[in-house]
Amino acid sequence: MTLSLRTVRTPVVSTPDRRRSAGPARTDGWWPWAFVAPLFLGVCVFYLWPILQTVYFSFTKFGVFGGQTWIGAANWARLVQDPDFYRAILNTLIYSAIVLLGIPVAVFLASLINRPGLRFASLYRVLFFLPYIAMPVAISLVWRMMFNGDFGIINYALSLVGIDGPHWLSTPGLALISVSLVGFWGSFGLAILILGAGLKNIPVELYEAAELDGATPWRRFRSVTVPLLSPSVFFVTIITIIGSFQLFDALYAMLGPNNPVMPATQSLVFYFYENGFIRNDKGFAAAIALAILVIIGIVTVIQFRLQKRWVNYD
Amino acid sequence: MTSPAVRMSGSRRAHGRGSEAKRYGSHLFAHIVLVLGGFAMALPFLWQIIMSLSSNAEVTSVPPTFFPRELRFDNYLAVFDVMPFFSQLGVSIWITVIRVVVQIILCTFAGYAFARMRFRGRGLMLALVLAILMVPSQVYLLSQYQIVQNLGLLDTVAGIVAPGLFSAFGTFLMRQFFLGLPVELEEAARLDGANPFQIFWKIMLPLTGPAVSALAILVVLFSWNELLWPLVVSTRSDAAPLSVGLAALAGVPTVNYPVLMAASVLTMAPILILFIILQRRVIEGLAFTGIK
Repeated sequence: MTLSLRTVRTPVVSTPDRRRSAGPARTDGWWPWAFVAPLFLGVCVFYLWPILQTVYFSFTKFGVFGGQTWIGAANWARLVQDPDFYRAILNTLIYSAIVLLGIPVAVFLASLINRPGLRFASLYRVLFFLPYIAMPVAISLVWRMMFNGDFGIINYALSLVGIDGPHWLSTPGLALISVSLVGFWGSFGLAILILGAGLKNIPVELYEAAELDGATPWRRFRSVTVPLLSPSVFFVTIITIIGSFQLFDALYAMLGPNNPVMPATQSLVFYFYENGFIRNDKGFAAAIALAILVIIGIVTVIQFRLQKRWVNYD
Repeated sequence: MTSPAVRMSGSRRAHGRGSEAKRYGSHLFAHIVLVLGGFAMALPFLWQIIMSLSSNAEVTSVPPTFFPRELRFDNYLAVFDVMPFFSQLGVSIWITVIRVVVQIILCTFAGYAFARMRFRGRGLMLALVLAILMVPSQVYLLSQYQIVQNLGLLDTVAGIVAPGLFSAFGTFLMRQFFLGLPVELEEAARLDGANPFQIFWKIMLPLTGPAVSALAILVVLFSWNELLWPLVVSTRSDAAPLSVGLAALAGVPTVNYPVLMAASVLTMAPILILFIILQRRVIEGLAFTGIK
């Protein structure tokens, strides 16, 4: 656990290699190259080279029959003027925000599941994990049925309390909310797992001491659990945001790629897919891809700045 | 470092039930919340199965038909008429198996070298591999598509699996795992004159079980469920994996809802069944990767 939180706090690359100093100086000859080469060559061909190529692509226009023409910063100029781009950023942020609302709930659920001596705890854990295991496309199609404006059970449930449910998936705005609720629904399994591990690392003695001082259960939660769990919460926040920024499958499956509400609802990744592979404008899509990288970078930097205010590492 | 999930039950339970009962009172409240929450998690899956066994009229009726008048298992047979299910199942199985096997081999070797071997350029190569972890997949997707297209591998299993054979995350995971093993094991073998490959093969490899199974679980989940990349490189429906096939089926207006639900059950079922059989291992494995 401590290791992971260190990893979050400091850049992965600079993690000190504690084993290095152990043992006498030696050389492993050419063995290391044989061990690393297959992976490293693949990484070069399929990941490192493509990153450079994408930067190049973003300054080109793809011809209909292949080949690229250099067009300078035209794709970038178009991108920063495209209202759809800002709409996609906003939609992605809204989706992330709604999914993030699941974290406090997950803290609560994790503290319940991890009560000592709770029966059926592993059954509960499995149930909350189901959405994580399920194929996003397949389960999103079920939600599509459930959100159906005419015969979906969500509107049926609303009708029982006298609410005339809307057409969720064909109303701009509501479509995004629907997709976000599915993201929220699916966010608990992994969060409970990570937070549960964090809870187990809180020494029981602290709770006992707080109890001796007459702290109420709520006070114990507020003053012991919350600060000591904050590194795990931070870790969950980071992976939730990174995951949310990849929103694609649920959107694609719940709304369908040709849904008229898609332009108003699309995420950054869908916007990338649509331009790169439906409109076949790969140069422009390359600019979008790099913009996604920059936006995730900015959001992550903000996260790490803000963590000083609320994450407790002592 | 053992997975925290393994250690879970130890420390607190040792304090005795009496003081616990006092501290936590009754678990009734916890059970109520967790049962309601668990039901919310399971509901879509139950509803999916009910819809898959109903008639189209029952699925679209208002109020909903909670219990179909007769269970229509023929919806499941109809799936095989509306999509090339077995070809797509084959593609899904192939891409998953190939990725698991190749990734484990490559990541174990490379992870070991990055953790324990000395060679020039190690730091730089490791930094380059880890840098990929921070780059969203869209950034290399266009170029990967071009490579696969130029190799003539669109619509092939080879084309779908190619980029996923090499994993920065898996390498990082295995490296972290090897860093946590004691060096003494290798030193003793080295003094006995074993070469680096023998040390790796005979001493270290047998210890990698937890890390390898954790990696395998993640790769299976990712590979089976992934949509964007296979969607982009498969143009023919019989060469696509199930995720793409199902997404395409949803866009066919003539396919009725119960058949679509039956198809989505069949598509998810292999992984869900595997999860329910191996639940402990899967959860521990994911704890291992998420927490390390």
